[in-house]
Amino acid sequence: MMSEPGVLTIKPQAGPDDVLLRIIDLTLHFPTYRGVLGRQVGGIRAVDGVNLEVRRGRTLGLVGESGCGKTTTGRVILRLYDPTGGRIEFDGEDITHIQGKKLRRMRARMQMIFQDPQACLNPRMTVGSIIAEPLNEHRALKGKEKEKRTRELLDAVGLNPKFANRYPHEFSGGQRQRIGIARALALNPDFIVCDEPIAALDVSIQAQVVNLLKDLQEQFSLTYLFISHDLSMVRHLCEDVAVMYLGKVMELGPRDLIYKDPMHPYTKALLSAVPVPDPRVERARQRIILKGDLPSPANPPSGCRFRTRCPVAFDRCAAEQPAWRKVAGNRWVACHRAE
Amino acid sequence: MTELVSYNEPKNVAEAPVSETATTDPIAGVDLVVLKVPPRNQCWDVWDQFKTHKGAVAGAGVFFVIVVAVVFGPFVWRVSPAYIDFTAMNAGPSWAHPFGTDQLGRDLLARMMTGGRVAIAVGLAAMIISIFLGTLIGVLTGYFKSLDGPLMRLTDLFLSLPVLPLLLVAVMLFRDAVAKILGNDLGSFTLIVSIIGVMSWMGMARIVRGEVLAVKQREFVMASRSIGTPPHRIIIRHVLPNVMSPIIVSATLGIADAIIAESVLSFLGLGFPPDFPTWGRLLYDGIEYMQVSPQLVLWPGIAISLTVLSVNYIGDGFRDALDPRLRR
Repeated sequence: MMSEPGVLTIKPQAGPDDVLLRIIDLTLHFPTYRGVLGRQVGGIRAVDGVNLEVRRGRTLGLVGESGCGKTTTGRVILRLYDPTGGRIEFDGEDITHIQGKKLRRMRARMQMIFQDPQACLNPRMTVGSIIAEPLNEHRALKGKEKEKRTRELLDAVGLNPKFANRYPHEFSGGQRQRIGIARALALNPDFIVCDEPIAALDVSIQAQVVNLLKDLQEQFSLTYLFISHDLSMVRHLCEDVAVMYLGKVMELGPRDLIYKDPMHPYTKALLSAVPVPDPRVERARQRIILKGDLPSPANPPSGCRFRTRCPVAFDRCAAEQPAWRKVAGNRWVACHRAE
Repeated sequence: MTELVSYNEPKNVAEAPVSETATTDPIAGVDLVVLKVPPRNQCWDVWDQFKTHKGAVAGAGVFFVIVVAVVFGPFVWRVSPAYIDFTAMNAGPSWAHPFGTDQLGRDLLARMMTGGRVAIAVGLAAMIISIFLGTLIGVLTGYFKSLDGPLMRLTDLFLSLPVLPLLLVAVMLFRDAVAKILGNDLGSFTLIVSIIGVMSWMGMARIVRGEVLAVKQREFVMASRSIGTPPHRIIIRHVLPNVMSPIIVSATLGIADAIIAESVLSFLGLGFPPDFPTWGRLLYDGIEYMQVSPQLVLWPGIAISLTVLSVNYIGDGFRDALDPRLRR
């Protein structure tokens, strides 16, 4: 066994199917100011009514185009930004507005893996002290034990424990991402937000990191929120998939159903862009090309947000916001056409 | 999980997950006990790197020699810097006066050594004050958004103050009061150092603020926040080490400015008493007689330049040594 930090070893015993993280109608609006007096003239609706459920021990993939609020959603869940509305429930507890000591304790259970392996490690610290930082911060382990734990973590992510004395710049992108993963694992968390962990890596390394994440999930019974725009990786790693567009979740459901039979026109368009590794199928593949640009999140379209680019929009879409409804097969969708 | 033993067992490549076969390097298979290297003290790394920077070592040597000469010199060369000898006015270098004498026949070597004590002390002390203030205000404004407005306006206020009138007023008001508490020499030293320090932190604060704003957005700061690190520890652990380079550079330049500023003050009659030698004062006193006896300006000029240059090189070396990316 690994020497695990004393804090947080007690895990609530629960069935495999229950919800670890539930997000209800989460909003985050960044205010914008204008004029000499700095009057507030509106807000960037970065996250605007997101509903998600992440089940214990499983992986939820959060996909969407750049600028749609995926990363912001991940950061709000970790309380790196304060939400302006909605609820975040983690392990049955409302953590939307907790502060101080309670928040600090909660932070140990939720960790994050970052997109840019170059920027997520402090260039002035050795790898050992980077990984030991969470342990120091939560006074989990001391002296020899801490050192041992650091070495074990390096070992767990497939790096030589001898690397503890080196600096981040001596490593390749993939290795640096492993260091970031080791840091996230240090406090033995339940839940990890993976914020596009493979987007900055080249393809041969992507597979290694994704497989490492998979192995670690089994070993430590982790729950992931996997933010990505790589639909084939999401298909490989995630059990559930949520599709986000302009600050809102459009569709949420089990992976196989979503990939086989997407209900939302945006999901259909996204999936039609994934190339198929079979020349005959690939040649016959019909792509749905969306027209226009992503509207500004400061001034989203009325009704359904996707209506300006939707190939099947009709007059009701402009008038009425589609409700977040549960449909057959444990999936959720927000579209008038899906009724 | 991870019994360390199992890691070392040869694994069938076909069975092993990709993550374990593809990245492990050849040395990873060695027994872990052999690999136990104690964490190395980072101070030694810095020192090792500092030693490889030739300019920095030379600078440190020169600075050391100057400091030793200035501190212990007067005990060896026991000529009073205030002794007036009208028989040897404006004399060139001789065995009796190795650096020559000034217009009143005072021994220049003795005056240089006494003056150097003050000049270096003023330079270092004023620099420390200005680094401290500049870094403190720069970090606070850069890191805490709510302090940005008020503190930067304060910085602008200080920048817009006319220095000389302010100095005149400050010296007029406080000289006697401070002298009463600390005595004449120490009193004017404290006053000059604090005035120079308080008037020169603004540039530093602006540089540091800009750097902090950039570092604050980096993901490792975000990562530290997600762990639950409180702001003051994030600043000490992540922000300050990464804004070190500009601080060191402007600090080393600041020493030069402080020495010059002190000489300006003395020239205006605001610094130390007129008979009290400092490098800046010697320089200004000598300007009148420069064409008759150039050694009067040559020695203090050389001393100031050498000090500034050596401190600059030391700063350079430190900056490089503190950056792990440039090490080895």
